[in-house]
Amino acid sequence: MTSAPETTAPIGMIRTDTPAIGRSMPRAETRRLLAGRGRYVDDGAPRGCLHAAFLRSPFAHARFTIADTSTAAGLSGVVAVLTAADLAPVCRPWQCRSGAFPGLVSPVQRALADGRVAFQGEPVAMVVAESRARAEDALDLIAVDWEELPAVASLAAALSAEALTHPELADNVAWRTEFGSADFDAVFAGADFVVEERFAFERKTGVSLEPRGVLAEFDPAEGLLDVRISHQMPHQLQLHIAEQLDLPIGRVRVACGDVGGGFGIKMHVYPDELATCAAAKLLGRPVKFVADRIEALATDIHAREHQVDARMAVDGEGRILGFDIHDVQGLGAYSVFPRSSTTEAMSVLRAMGGPYRFEAYRARLECLLQNKSLTGQYRSVGHPIACAVTERLVDLAAARRGEDPLAFRRRNLLPVEAMPWTNPAGGRMFELSHHACLDAMIGLVDLDAKREEVRAGRAAGRLLGLGFASFVEFTATGSQAYGAAGVKVAAGDTVVASLEPSGSVRAQASASEIGQGVRQALAQVLADGVGLDPSNVRVETGDTRTAPHGGGAWASRGAAIAGEAAWRAGRRLRGEILAAVAALVQAKPADLDIRAGEVVEVATGTPRMTLADLADLVLFRSHELPAGVRPQFTVAEQYHRDDDPFLPTNGIQAAMVEIDRATGFVRLLGHWVVEDCGRIINPLLVDEQIRGGVVQGIGEALYEACRYDAAGQFTSGTLADYLVPMAGDLPEIAIGHVETPYSGSSVGAKGAGEAGTCGAPAAILNAVNDALAPHGASLAALPIKPVSVLRALGDLGAGEAP
Amino acid sequence: MTVDEETLTITCTVNGEAVRDVVPVRRSLVDWVRHDLGLTGSHVGCEHGVCGACHVQVDGRVVRGCLMLAVQADGARVETVEGATRSGRVAVLQDCFFERAALQCGFCTPGILLQAAELLEHTPAPDRAEIRAALSGNICRCTGYQAIVEAVEEAAGRLRA
Repeated sequence: MTSAPETTAPIGMIRTDTPAIGRSMPRAETRRLLAGRGRYVDDGAPRGCLHAAFLRSPFAHARFTIADTSTAAGLSGVVAVLTAADLAPVCRPWQCRSGAFPGLVSPVQRALADGRVAFQGEPVAMVVAESRARAEDALDLIAVDWEELPAVASLAAALSAEALTHPELADNVAWRTEFGSADFDAVFAGADFVVEERFAFERKTGVSLEPRGVLAEFDPAEGLLDVRISHQMPHQLQLHIAEQLDLPIGRVRVACGDVGGGFGIKMHVYPDELATCAAAKLLGRPVKFVADRIEALATDIHAREHQVDARMAVDGEGRILGFDIHDVQGLGAYSVFPRSSTTEAMSVLRAMGGPYRFEAYRARLECLLQNKSLTGQYRSVGHPIACAVTERLVDLAAARRGEDPLAFRRRNLLPVEAMPWTNPAGGRMFELSHHACLDAMIGLVDLDAKREEVRAGRAAGRLLGLGFASFVEFTATGSQAYGAAGVKVAAGDTVVASLEPSGSVRAQASASEIGQGVRQALAQVLADGVGLDPSNVRVETGDTRTAPHGGGAWASRGAAIAGEAAWRAGRRLRGEILAAVAALVQAKPADLDIRAGEVVEVATGTPRMTLADLADLVLFRSHELPAGVRPQFTVAEQYHRDDDPFLPTNGIQAAMVEIDRATGFVRLLGHWVVEDCGRIINPLLVDEQIRGGVVQGIGEALYEACRYDAAGQFTSGTLADYLVPMAGDLPEIAIGHVETPYSGSSVGAKGAGEAGTCGAPAAILNAVNDALAPHGASLAALPIKPVSVLRALGDLGAGEAP
Repeated sequence: MTVDEETLTITCTVNGEAVRDVVPVRRSLVDWVRHDLGLTGSHVGCEHGVCGACHVQVDGRVVRGCLMLAVQADGARVETVEGATRSGRVAVLQDCFFERAALQCGFCTPGILLQAAELLEHTPAPDRAEIRAALSGNICRCTGYQAIVEAVEEAAGRLRA
């Protein structure tokens, strides 16, 4: 046996006794991004690539006739001007349907609108030209006759049904439901008191800094459509492109390079993206479309438009008896395909009262169609609304009792011994740590000192407030949600792992890297699963040509689902390695272990063979192997949970704010999070997921809104109108953890990516109301605008301009 | 470019190399460096001067590459993140961003590196508020900025040492 060449550093040089799971490590691949060597969709184009631009409806609701495209088509550099009639032969229409929402009303959608538009920004024609600028020149030359129709914008307008989002429908209701516990009326009737509030949440959107973008190339000889796209779930999209464009799924490749942020925006079927694929097929030339910022703000899915009337019943001992919620959701013009827009509202209903023990529940829901952009599954889907509603009601109840809001929470939080438990809202609660998180928060925030600071500040005339929010986030959705509803969304994930020459491990995973660091996390899990250093594990994702089919990036699933698949793949590969070495050195596999890339004797640690030597032998000198020894150095593990439809996670957030009495501006003085996402694979990356999530929640609480006027005109089309949090707006965010591993998996991880977003708006709402309370004022609408603060304080009259 | 587009010939240096090019007069500086020179480290996030993903350095100052036309760079000295990486000018910042996980999707990162480098060249020992103020023209949607602020603070310390 010859040894590895001197120049190849043998695996096992990096020795560590620290398991990789639980270790803070930077992401290896960020070196490339730091050097400006990322590969986002718009960073490359094949020779002869054409560029698409879309003529979009200037009206929220209109009939139209395209009178002339010949002038546009005649402009130099323009290759094609395409309308609905042109795309119809190559791209089927689609319609959102879900068994979870029987009777859902959502009309057929097309890649390009056919005679009627239902929201401003809906694409009606596309120009394909030699450059994006020239394509945009040509848009101005397309003649369209518009007949504006009455538009439905606000929730009140949608409810009134004086105007209809779609003229063929009887009203604007896409879906409604009502459910509750049998003893609801009796429980509420027997309450000591009931607190209630009407909450309003404005639309917001994800604002991935890289806008949506797609580059599609069709090879007519092979019948192969090659799609480079900024997307969170390449396999889901591959299926839908194949279905809509009538191609076998194996003839569609979807590849996601670097993805410049997702947050739930990049997980849907968008008309402009399908139109780009259709144009590539039709023209037989590569076509690229990258949304500009106004297109992104106007047509990326929006989220969170809800009006919620909520009540909470409390008994004489200060125990929560039940919740009553009536949610009216602004859905947009269509229910988004394929996952449906109603999912968000159902998430609100399921997450209500999440952290607490209660007996009775009643939920009523109306999902309303509007002539506005579609809504969908933005980060922490529905949970922030349920959390803000629940936590504000809890503060109101504590105030009514004249009680410390944390004492009220402590009494009502679901204790460890009461789990597992399915609450009246249908949430299955298990392995949560509410009281431990509350205790940790009191230490993290230094509660007595902070309360003294608030007291002293108020005495000096400042408007200071401290607010808390306990939360439950349902993560890592199982197939009971979409699969049972007949919606083709993969809830499992697969990891294929191989032992490579030099003894390193390479893996293909069906999870998607969108900046959250899942490749690093999987590398750490595989490293421990096999027994080598994570720096010798390379994980690849995002290309349907190489990665096995699976879920991608949604519902904080990477660590919990793909992570478990990675562990099992790693263990299986380890088993193959140990069996092979045992046969070679005439030992029992059980007497061997793999440590730091080297097979050793368990008892003594004596080295027997490095993975590099083993790979060298098996891959290049297999004739030297004993007869019958055929180790499988490529293994695959597919993982889905058998039960537990969701993995609930929990935590508590705190915010401290100061209100400027003169301007109504809310300044954040501090933000704290204690959360429990089960086993933490990489604390550094988890903390940054929490912080990033909190800041999106801060945006939701104070800044972000997709505004429309009464005619459905979108008025938040620039980043000067749609405000996202900037570095100077933000406090330091302190994070603590409680770790309650999920007992149903080997790794024990649950989701971490959305917890920050879940609880931050509620904590800030409570902090602002804490600051306003001494002045007899309160607020129940997000975002909290300076003008609303001034009005709440009585410093500005109802109709008075600031 | 299409045949009937108005163009101008410009000469400038980009990352230390002399460049002469025929440029459509309406092409933005960032589009030119990205699509004509292949320097795709500068990104296009908003095209209206808010997000800072398009930052490039022109004659020693960080500018919004989306708010400047390529033809305005005639005679100028342009440096992108690729040049700053090759020269080592942002190496310490890159190390600190890497170690501190001060980036997630990475789309904003090149613009922030150039902005942070400019800050540290003028203010070697900034406090956190000064760092936040200096980065107030850069949107990062992923990190929540705290890791970025800490990475810049750490880099300032290492550069002073």
